Amino acid sequence: MSCENWRDKLDAYVDGELAPAEAASFSTHMRQCAACAAAALDRVQMKRSVALAGRRYEPGADLRTRITNLSAARQRRGFSDPWKVLLIPALALLLISLSVKWYVGREAAHRERLYSELADLHVTALASATPVDVLSSDRHTVKPWFEGKIPFSFNLPELQGTEFTLLGGKVTYLAQTPGAQLIYQLRKHEISVFIFPDQGEATAIAASSPHRALSFNEENWTQNGLRYFVVGDVSADDIHALSKLLRDAG
Amino acid sequence: MPLFEQLYNFARWLTHDTAEAEDLVQETYAKALRGFSSFQTGTNFRAWMYRILRNAFLSSKTGLKVTVPLADEDSEQLAADGPTPESVLIAQVSRDAVQRALDHLPVHFREILLLCEVEEMSYQEMAETLAIPIGTVMSRLSRARKALRKVLEQKPEGKPE
Repeated sequence: MSCENWRDKLDAYVDGELAPAEAASFSTHMRQCAACAAAALDRVQMKRSVALAGRRYEPGADLRTRITNLSAARQRRGFSDPWKVLLIPALALLLISLSVKWYVGREAAHRERLYSELADLHVTALASATPVDVLSSDRHTVKPWFEGKIPFSFNLPELQGTEFTLLGGKVTYLAQTPGAQLIYQLRKHEISVFIFPDQGEATAIAASSPHRALSFNEENWTQNGLRYFVVGDVSADDIHALSKLLRDAG
Repeated sequence: MPLFEQLYNFARWLTHDTAEAEDLVQETYAKALRGFSSFQTGTNFRAWMYRILRNAFLSSKTGLKVTVPLADEDSEQLAADGPTPESVLIAQVSRDAVQRALDHLPVHFREILLLCEVEEMSYQEMAETLAIPIGTVMSRLSRARKALRKVLEQKPEGKPE
């Protein structure tokens, strides 16, 4: 499909409304097309800006009281009808279960946003003219380069005898927290490894099960107070292999 | 109370007035409690609540004044709009500027952007809330986004309106 056709589907893509297969082929296209990747990123940033700007007003305490009284008043009146005695608890139960379901859904949405932010960082780096700031396959060059640029230090694995190559690294940000982004290569595929202090937003998505978002595979874990995220378009097994190397080194 | 903060936020965006927003939210809960028997299990509770609030707003004095029908909405071709100028660096636009821009949009555009981005509703949920077909949700959303971009381009930050 040409870029022009994809552009018409951009909104549906960033809104998560494309069918999984179509979203996957759009993701594939974007990895080869910097223009479409930039356009998608721009839409996502617009969405985030509106989401942020839209949360603007908070209700006062007295309104909450007024509405609580409203339902209490109905409840009192309701007791004159014996069958309503049963209805009120049922209604309360339903409202509670809906709130819980809504809350769980929000948590999931929050996690989803973080994963897609990581996927964005990964795509942005690859689409950039300078994907890495320190260009070296030598871990002994890359690791010291980060000193003084980020508020923590980490160990990188020896890759001799594996299929992975280190391409380099750069400083990146997730939810205003500085961290390291390392780019590895495996059979022409690039994989990003993100390392952030295990606090704030990074910890908020504590679920450390392997994940799949926007056709990327992802794995994350905590080690020595740092949270590692491995993101790439290779198989879950390959992601896991690189994760294991990093875990053993850290 | 489920959805209390969100409904209030949405009501304020629609009415631009504290007292009116409070009345709207109160009316919404009153109607929801009264009409709970008409809520069908299996349908979307959130869309149902927003729909009650929105209908109450549309029939209010302010609502009648500010809502004008959108012309030619269903006949509009999504693809016929041509490429979007990506000239505004959205990442650099401040929260204030986006809020001002949203305030400037017609209410139909403002509400669909809020439902989509703030409430993170699916196209299906928005269709239920706004009582329009999904195709109209898509075209209206696309137009709303273009309109927002346009307002942001017209009013660079720091420049008074």
